Amino acid sequence: MITYTSIFRMRFIAGLQYRAAAWAGIATQFAFGFMHLMIFQAFYRSSGTAPPMEWPQLVAYEWLQQAFLALIMLWWQDGDLLSGITDGNAAYELCRPYDLYTFWCMRLAAVRLSSAALKFSPVLIVSLFLPRAYRMTLPPNFAAFGLFLIAMTLSLTLVIALSMLVYILTFVTLSSMGSRLLVGVSADFMMGAIIPIPLMPVWAQRIVYCFPFRYVQDLPFRLYSGHISGADALAQIGVQIAWVAALILFGRWAFGRVMRRVVIQGG
Amino acid sequence: MIYFKYLRMVIRTMLQYRLNLLLTTIGQFANVFFSFAGIYLLFERFGRLDDWTFGEVALCYGIVIAAWSLTECFARGFDVFQGSIRQGTFDRVLLRPRNTVLQILGSNFEFPRLIKLVWAFAVLGIAVNNLNQVWSVLQVVTVCLMIASGFLIFSGVFILGATVCFWTVEGLEVVNIFTDGGKELAAYPLTIYSKSIRRFFTFIIPFGCFNYLPLMYVIGRVDDALYALTPLLGFVFLLPCLLLWRVGVRHYVSTGN
Repeated sequence: MITYTSIFRMRFIAGLQYRAAAWAGIATQFAFGFMHLMIFQAFYRSSGTAPPMEWPQLVAYEWLQQAFLALIMLWWQDGDLLSGITDGNAAYELCRPYDLYTFWCMRLAAVRLSSAALKFSPVLIVSLFLPRAYRMTLPPNFAAFGLFLIAMTLSLTLVIALSMLVYILTFVTLSSMGSRLLVGVSADFMMGAIIPIPLMPVWAQRIVYCFPFRYVQDLPFRLYSGHISGADALAQIGVQIAWVAALILFGRWAFGRVMRRVVIQGG
Repeated sequence: MIYFKYLRMVIRTMLQYRLNLLLTTIGQFANVFFSFAGIYLLFERFGRLDDWTFGEVALCYGIVIAAWSLTECFARGFDVFQGSIRQGTFDRVLLRPRNTVLQILGSNFEFPRLIKLVWAFAVLGIAVNNLNQVWSVLQVVTVCLMIASGFLIFSGVFILGATVCFWTVEGLEVVNIFTDGGKELAAYPLTIYSKSIRRFFTFIIPFGCFNYLPLMYVIGRVDDALYALTPLLGFVFLLPCLLLWRVGVRHYVSTGN
């Protein structure tokens, strides 16, 4: 256990070194956040009927997405690990006398958390003081906030379990570019990062609900604004837990199989 | 021409990694496919966007993505330029008795990104089908001019982003706001944004030249042929960009390696 927590701490501290890059990232995040909100605003003001998501809920959704980008985006993956698989450095990893699946999970979690730690509070704090139309709102009650925290933690686990599948796939195809891009962009759509899922028509929602991706972003962010609440919220967190468990079990099994016949590239 | 030699060289290298090429192409396609799916679904939900219909926005999107994919393929060298200053490879470029712009352009082509061009034309087909209007010759010419103009303006922005590296050494992530962000912003008619944003992207970085100004002519909202010529103003934008690039090159101090 100490091994796993120390790889976590090591990577976390290393990640915190890139502070200048984080500031630049924050500016970019605000630019994109404002742009998306303006597009949605234009759609909202042309709508005859009341949209299925209230405007403040949508604003909170957008700023949460910008704030936690580093935590949830599947197109971002650890380049060191991936190139290690293709250039043979993974051999060192394989020599280590501990459970590699857990080890890599810890490493991924640390990188994502450190990068998010630098960005999320400035984005959220500033967004609380923006002009009224674009202002971030607080959750309606403590229950909503609590559920949001639980779902967000589970969401990080889910992201890492999904990411591990990309690494497993890289062991097979030996090139991460394509599979990463494909997984990344389709996940973006399915998790509601391109447009929030409640704004999709019902037939599209039905499709998206069959995949695990929406439990990464859609669920926690809607819990925050109270768009999902009560018994429904608990039931959906249950489904989220089931997905996490299933994906970890599957990932471990597939990882074991790939490891048994792994071929180290180059030297 | 040396430019075509560069072109052939890059194509040959790429064909060495066929599986990767295929997967990357599919990935690039998925990227634009889903971004347009987002627009389609929003229209299905809301019906219209201010006074723009789905067909009109699709036309705008198709033109912008066509221009963007050309830029990403042919001006990619400037987009990844930041690395060459830090690693000192720009010194090599300076040693050769050829134009620097030509060499940077030739250093990188990303053909998988041209799949977006294919998709852009598919979207233009959807738009034309949806708009149901009689097209005049000048309107068709304007659409072509808009794509060309967008290509040059995006390239100009790429060059500006690379020029900044002469002073900062590191690439600035903020540049992304104007490249990637610019593409997303211009995919919708600029009139939907606030006045200050519309002004900035019409008079400073002239996205308006291949966006709402000529678009109004193409869909027959204005009859003044002057609007059809606004894309030509976009061509002019490249001049100050190239000029700044020259200033940057003169200012360049090697980081050594």
